[in-house]
Parts: sequence; structure tokens; C-alpha cells
Amino acid sequence: MQTVKMVVTGPFSSGKTQFIGTISEIEVVKTERKISSDAERIKDATTVAMDFGRITVDSDLVLYLFGTPGQKRFDFMWEILSEGMLGFVVMVDSSRPETFREAKSILETFRAYAPTPYVVAANKQDHAEAWAPDDLRIALRLDPAVKLLPCVATDRESVKSVLLELLYSILAEMEA
Amino acid sequence: MALKGNLRDFSTTQLLNLINLARKTGTLTIDGPSEAARMSFRDGKLVYAQFGNEDTSLAAVLRKAGKLTDDQTRALKQRPEAANDKALGLLLINAGYVTQAEILNGIRQHMLDVAYRLFTWVEGIFNFDGALLPPDDRITVQVDLENVIIDGSRRLREWEQLQEELPNLEMALKFTDKPDARLRNVNLNVEEWKVVSYVNPKNSIKRIAKATSMSDLDIRRVVYGLLQAGLVELVRPTGAPLQMPGANGAAPRRPMQPITKDKTEDRSLVNRLIARIRSL
Repeated sequence: MQTVKMVVTGPFSSGKTQFIGTISEIEVVKTERKISSDAERIKDATTVAMDFGRITVDSDLVLYLFGTPGQKRFDFMWEILSEGMLGFVVMVDSSRPETFREAKSILETFRAYAPTPYVVAANKQDHAEAWAPDDLRIALRLDPAVKLLPCVATDRESVKSVLLELLYSILAEMEA
Repeated sequence: MALKGNLRDFSTTQLLNLINLARKTGTLTIDGPSEAARMSFRDGKLVYAQFGNEDTSLAAVLRKAGKLTDDQTRALKQRPEAANDKALGLLLINAGYVTQAEILNGIRQHMLDVAYRLFTWVEGIFNFDGALLPPDDRITVQVDLENVIIDGSRRLREWEQLQEELPNLEMALKFTDKPDARLRNVNLNVEEWKVVSYVNPKNSIKRIAKATSMSDLDIRRVVYGLLQAGLVELVRPTGAPLQMPGANGAAPRRPMQPITKDKTEDRSLVNRLIARIRSL
């Protein structure tokens, strides 16, 4: 049995756990804890180690999705999680511009860890205050070659589309 | 009482605050991971500062402030007055090279440069020696610590933000291929021109900083401004080994690690993943 992994990263509360939960065939193994900091009390629980989802491809191949902890104080986990990944998704909460800088920083950090393809998912596009992907591209100073995809992590088709785009990038990289 | 510790546990801001509030007299020595620094205080006011073994003579300080040329500095150092800052200062004022105000401003700025850099240190063993004071022949200017602390903290925040925007000074710069409309209204200051003159994919930002005698904070500030103006882009230095990729989002050039030992097998594996996710 061969296993491959992809990492879903992004700032705190960007929707990583939801993204994995929407597509995983198993109940996501969450390692969430009650939020202790007032500043981060915009949701009740957060990922402190990693989330873990699975998609069985066939009897010989399994894809694992790992979600990184979003809070900076757990960033020591990132390098461990990035080891051997096929590619990664950077989740950005499109409705919270105060997190864009951190998203960019996380993206750069992961690119430094491994030269694997990645896509940026402009999550929460269904929110009234979400920034348009084009505006987000400017805010994140992303090269036009980088795929920035609209995403609603609660919607399976949307999550599928993000993962497929990442896989197309991986395939293109292999064929380059 | 000993005043020793590590900046990890007691930051530069906290240390200066303590020295200010307790009106301390003496010298604070900090041994950082790559360099050392010392600052002297009299009744809680900063009176002297030095990084490592850097030349803090009046001639060197005035050269750094742009009041003396390299040749003038060298010539002055041959004179007997150069051994004593106070005698040298008098000589320079009488000869009309500088005014007293320019000397005091130069020394003050030198001390502030050292102090502000110390705010960015997060690690370093410190020790405060109440018996140690700067040499008598040095011209000392008393600087109130309140403003240093406020300004240093503000700079620290700026430094942290710039550090996030430009994490890697090993990257190089190149002029943008597609300048946009923003360029029409760009006015560069002297420091920006200095940096612009070194823009070349062969020069890392770190090398540019060295060539222009800029601190990490200053070079980050200038480069960030040039990036925001759309004048330059970050690129990996030509011929240099791959470092952390740049902030412009260019695709990494280092090849991916193969998943299996066989490229065809890799492609087949990805195609199976694609087919499976499509079918979900």
C-alpha cells in the first residue's frame, strides 16, 4: 500500500479543518483544543497539532490530507508535516484581511521547506465581506502563475476543484 | 545586586526601562549570538554606545554621519589630537569643518543607531556593571531613555512587519519587466537611489546593504518601498544556491522530489489521484 500526502495550511481560522472534513472519507482526526487566548476567541476550538483526513484511491494507494495548526506558536509542527508532501494548499480567509500578511508568510515558509507545487484557496467566498480572488491576489502579491482559487470549504465540489487544480499543477511540474 | 540575564527572558525594552526608572549609572554589556554591544548610562541617561570592537572615535562617528570623508578621517587619525576626542572636536570646530551642534548630533545619532538595533535582538547574555563608565576622553551626550524606548518599540514593530514582508535578505532584486502606472509618480530619495544603483540579479539584498552601509532594518524599509512602488521584483541571486523562495510568487525552480523512483510511475499515481477525486 502506497500513501501520499498533501498539506493544507493557512492562518488561524482560515478553514483548514473544514476543508479536510468536507472531502475526507473518514471522520477527520481532529486535535482541537478550547481557545485560550482572548485575541483568538473567534471560534471555540482550534487545531493544536494537526488534522488528518484520508481519501482511498484504490487498494494500493491512499491520499492523506494533513491540516497544520494555524496558531503561530505551533509552527514547529509545520516543517515536520511538510516532509514528503506532494503539494500544499494555502487557505486564506477572504473575509479577514488582517490575516493576509500571515497567510503570505506561511506560504513563503512552506515554499522554503519543500519545492512542491501549491495553490492558494480564497476561502469563505460565500461570506458577504469576502475579498474577490483578484483583489486577494494583489493583496498577497501573488505571481499570475500561482493558482488562486475561489473556495467555500463547506462545499464538496469547491474543495474537489481546489484539490484537482493542485494535482494538475503537480502533474505539470512532473512533465516540465 | 547583579543585573544579569538573557534577552530571551528580559527584553531590551524592559532593560532600558529598568535602567531609566532606577536612574542607574554604569555599563550594560550584551553578548548576542553573533556580536556584542555595550551601552553606558549616567543617572539613567544613555551616554555611550558601541557595537563589538567598532571604531567609536569622534572621527569615525563624523565620517559615518557624512561630515568627514574617508580621506579626511584617515588624515585626521595621523594627528596627535585624534587620540583624544575632545581635543579633536575642538580642532575640527576651530578649523571650520564642523559645528559643535553637528558633533553632538553625530554622537547622539550613533548612540541611537546602536540602541535601536539592540531592540531587534531577541537573544543575548546581558550584564550591568555599575562601576564601568566610558573613557574620560570621549565626548558624551546625555540621551533620555523615555523617547528611545518609545521610538525603539515602534521601530521593533516596524522591523517585525518588514521581517515578515522580506524574510530573506539573500534574495536579489531586478527591475520589473512590466512597470505599471504607479511608476509615473515615483520619487526616490537618496537612500533609494543608492539601492537602485545596485539592483542586479547578481547582488543579494544583503550585499547591497553592506555596500551601502545600511542596517537590516534600513535596507528592508527601502526594498519594501521599491517593491510596493512596483519598481523592482525579488529574484533568486544568479548562480547562487537555492535559498528561501522570494515574495513575488515565482514558481520554485528546484525539481520536485520524486514520489517513486520512476517518473512514469509518478505520473500514473497522480493521474489515479485525479481520477479518484473527480469521482468523489
